[in-house]
Amino acid sequence: MLEGITSEAFILGCSAIGAGLAMIAGIGPGIGQGHAAGRGAEAVGRQPEAQDDIVRTMLLGQAVAETTGIYGLVIAIILLFVRPLLTAYLNL
Amino acid sequence: MEINIETNLFGKEIFIPDTVVNSWIVLIILTIFALIVNNKIKKASTDEKPSAFLNVVEVLVEKVDGLVKSTMGPDKIFFAPYILTLVMFLLIANLFGLVGFTPPTSDYSVTFTLALMTFFLTQYYSFKTSGFLGYFKNFTEPMAFLTPLNILGELANPISLSFRLFGNILSGVIIMGLLYSALGYLAPIFTPILHAYFDVFSGVLQTFIFSMLTMIFIGGAMD
Repeated sequence: MLEGITSEAFILGCSAIGAGLAMIAGIGPGIGQGHAAGRGAEAVGRQPEAQDDIVRTMLLGQAVAETTGIYGLVIAIILLFVRPLLTAYLNL
Repeated sequence: MEINIETNLFGKEIFIPDTVVNSWIVLIILTIFALIVNNKIKKASTDEKPSAFLNVVEVLVEKVDGLVKSTMGPDKIFFAPYILTLVMFLLIANLFGLVGFTPPTSDYSVTFTLALMTFFLTQYYSFKTSGFLGYFKNFTEPMAFLTPLNILGELANPISLSFRLFGNILSGVIIMGLLYSALGYLAPIFTPILHAYFDVFSGVLQTFIFSMLTMIFIGGAMD
């Protein structure tokens, strides 16, 4: 089955699969940010006069929660565009 | 628009990517803006009401002053100029994608430099407020065996700070680039809404978050 495929093409394909798998990390921040936004909406409903502070704190917390997703994104970008595995193979 | 510079210096090939050139353009824009504001504010008389342009600048300065006062405390107001500089550089840099340039913040060297500045300022003020022994004692709190974790946590700050800004802006650049190449002539119909999200919303939000986290880290080190 793998007869017509060169090693370079195989590594590139595997890198693309790895990039896709790395983006599964996006699930966590999605859930976390949604949770924070829901709680923020609740807080605004309870205390409408403190809306500025609530929104500011919510955005800050969401940005910190986003970090793990960004790490996944950076790994995916490195796999797709920098191609460290291909370079490692060519240097063997 | 991409401006890459390739030069030969002392017999070595030097390649300057367009993001670095664009950050120089941002610096030039900010310098001209500062010179104009300086010139206008010196000519302005206190008896008349300020002109529209000066009013906008005053609102900006007052907002940043208020933000620094509420996050770092009123006694650290001397930090406001640095935060305003950071906000203006990041704002112009993130919004640069709107005029067709590559945003300078989509280069990791730019964001990592900014995060390193925050990191060293944090260490400096921590050293200054708690003294030589207190600085090292801070790492052993609350318990001595947590020292490696504390050191790692301190080192992770600039990395997460820079990757957050870099990842947000670069993901926008990549998605826009893919769309522009996929849609061809039809791109101007679909991309404006994405420009509004990735460049304006995301850019302004990341500017706010970066400066806010900088204030929190440095303010925490000063207490």
